[in-house]
Amino acid sequence: MKLFKRLVPWILLAIALFVLPAILSDFRLNLFGRYFALAITALAIDLIWGYTGLLSLGQGIFFALGGYAAAMYLTLNTPSQQGGNGIPKFFENFGVSELPFFWQPFNSPFLTLACLSLIPALVAGVVGYLIFRNRIKGVYFSIITQAALMVFFHFFNGQQKLINGSNGLTTNTTELYGLLVGSSDMKLWFYRLTVLLLPVAFLICRYFTTGRFGDALIAIRDDEQRFRFAGFNPVPFKTIVFIVAGGLCGVSGALYTVQTGIVSPQFMSISFSIEMVIWVAVGGRGSLVGPIIGAVLVNYLQSLVSEALPELWLFVQGGLFIFVVVLMPDGIYGWFTGGGLRSFLASFGIAQKARTYPKIDEQIESLQEVVSTTPTDSSA
Amino acid sequence: MAETLLELTDVSVSFDGFYALTDLSLKLIKGEVKSIIGPNGAGKTTFLDVITGKVRPTKGTVTYRGQSLVGMSEQKISRNGIGRKFQTPRVFDNLTVLRNLELAVSPRKNALSLMLDPLPMAAKDEVHRLMSYVGLAPFAGTQAGSLSHGQKQWLAIASLVAQAPEVLLLDEPVAGLTDEETLRTAELIKSLAGDHTVVVIEHDMEFIRDLDFDVTVLHQGQLLTEGPLDEVKKDPRVIEVYLGTTED
Ligand SMILES: Nc1ncnc2c1ncn2[C@@H]1O[C@H](COP(=O)(O)OP(=O)(O)OP(=O)(O)O)[C@@H](O)[C@H]1O
Ligand SMILES: [Mg+2]
Repeated sequence: MKLFKRLVPWILLAIALFVLPAILSDFRLNLFGRYFALAITALAIDLIWGYTGLLSLGQGIFFALGGYAAAMYLTLNTPSQQGGNGIPKFFENFGVSELPFFWQPFNSPFLTLACLSLIPALVAGVVGYLIFRNRIKGVYFSIITQAALMVFFHFFNGQQKLINGSNGLTTNTTELYGLLVGSSDMKLWFYRLTVLLLPVAFLICRYFTTGRFGDALIAIRDDEQRFRFAGFNPVPFKTIVFIVAGGLCGVSGALYTVQTGIVSPQFMSISFSIEMVIWVAVGGRGSLVGPIIGAVLVNYLQSLVSEALPELWLFVQGGLFIFVVVLMPDGIYGWFTGGGLRSFLASFGIAQKARTYPKIDEQIESLQEVVSTTPTDSSA
Repeated sequence: MAETLLELTDVSVSFDGFYALTDLSLKLIKGEVKSIIGPNGAGKTTFLDVITGKVRPTKGTVTYRGQSLVGMSEQKISRNGIGRKFQTPRVFDNLTVLRNLELAVSPRKNALSLMLDPLPMAAKDEVHRLMSYVGLAPFAGTQAGSLSHGQKQWLAIASLVAQAPEVLLLDEPVAGLTDEETLRTAELIKSLAGDHTVVVIEHDMEFIRDLDFDVTVLHQGQLLTEGPLDEVKKDPRVIEVYLGTTED
């Protein structure tokens, strides 16, 4: 059993890498690639919300920044995308003749790889530090992150001359290593990359949530003031996890962008950032498995419902959220590990019988034996 | 001889015009134990809030070893050696008893150190010593949130001692404890006296008598009187505002 438990992650990884590509159509496989990319964002949100108690409604900022970084690189490095004056075609529509300075780093693949996580991390660090230092907490933290999201949304939406405004950047028609990014071969590679990066994100989150640092995060969530009185300054702790979460969201956004074929300011819509939180709530916050389950399940459900009855999805999502919050406050995974499945089966009379006390009815002496050996309360 | 460790001078605290403390002046001598009593709303907790940086005094000065504490952050005051147990026992509910204490005992309180340094052996030993002293050793792996009230009270006290502060401020340490536990807490406090400076706020007169240290009476944010419990109890002003109403 123990061996099996240790093998589970490897089995899941093998299934995702070899079985799913074999049995799913290109279209479905690409969808799963997107879900796994979103699962990285869910992990990041769990790190800051589930463990540290910071309910950010602005993770879309970092997600979009990562997406834009990837898209800018692809746009710059695809010959067919370039217009007459050697810069991306869309600039011509707005009469821009020179590449804006902040596009420059994205000529380089290495700088792009660094930027797509470091820029979101840096923004998270600055925004987070200012918020945490001023002791903005709870609902106010959520409101401020949402306000920051709106600022970023309007900036990207309005700046056609800098970043193509509300049109966003299309990556499907760009090329990477001579392959069209929208081709199914390329998408298979992105799928594999995502499947490999998700466990990396998982391990990063596990590093920060276990050990003494992880204890400190939980202490901050439980009682931040008490944490201060114990001699700790919570600001660096919160800033660190917010930076890590920002970086992870950036990677997630980049992987999502190349698999959907477009990045646009819609990544920074208010509703999308709220959905991210819903995945985590549904899957189960405060555990690292829960958010992955939540992100994949909710988004899979969304695809199924949207394909059948597009106008129904928002109702289903709202209903699902209420259902989980009311009936499974610890999310699906928390409900499962908390013995939820057993009590659920028990209500149908098919639970395993607990084997604590053997044949208690027939052999009263065995009961007495149990009573006499039960350790007495030693709180005195 | 006696060295003043902590000194409040003319401290007033106003909450929107309501004065919880009015021109309070008080000295703590190194190594002494001070019991503070006073009716509900007398300002006892506010007194601790002012020392520990939770509340900024509207007026007056607070100095610790000659250094002003006004405007200093809570964590800095704590690191300087002033530790506090809250009136309602506050523990980290989702950490086990052991992890609660390991966090408190941590010699270096910065993020990087928690990430990279293992807890020193001596600190681990101290945690185990404290756990058995307060009888929580069998609950080392229990989530603090599921402890009983009395156990939380003791975990809170143990966490405070684990921080190794020089000054311990205990706000109602025996509220909700059994008689036996109360006795043991008194013993613990006595064992800390001398090396540590302790302020105990309590309503439990038996406990105050048991401790047998000088008593300070607060009333309406002001210092009413100071002295041994028996003398204080004879003071007509004290009888009027406090003991007269509770000792029927
Ligand atoms: N943050 C606050 N805002 C407004 N009023 C406050 C605040 N904190 C305390 N007070 C008021 O200040 C007065 C003193 O409160 P404090 O908590 O110091 O009393 P106490 O002596 O500790 O009482 P108790 O024995 O009930 O714990 C009370 O009247 C209380 O209502
Ligand atoms: Mg009080």
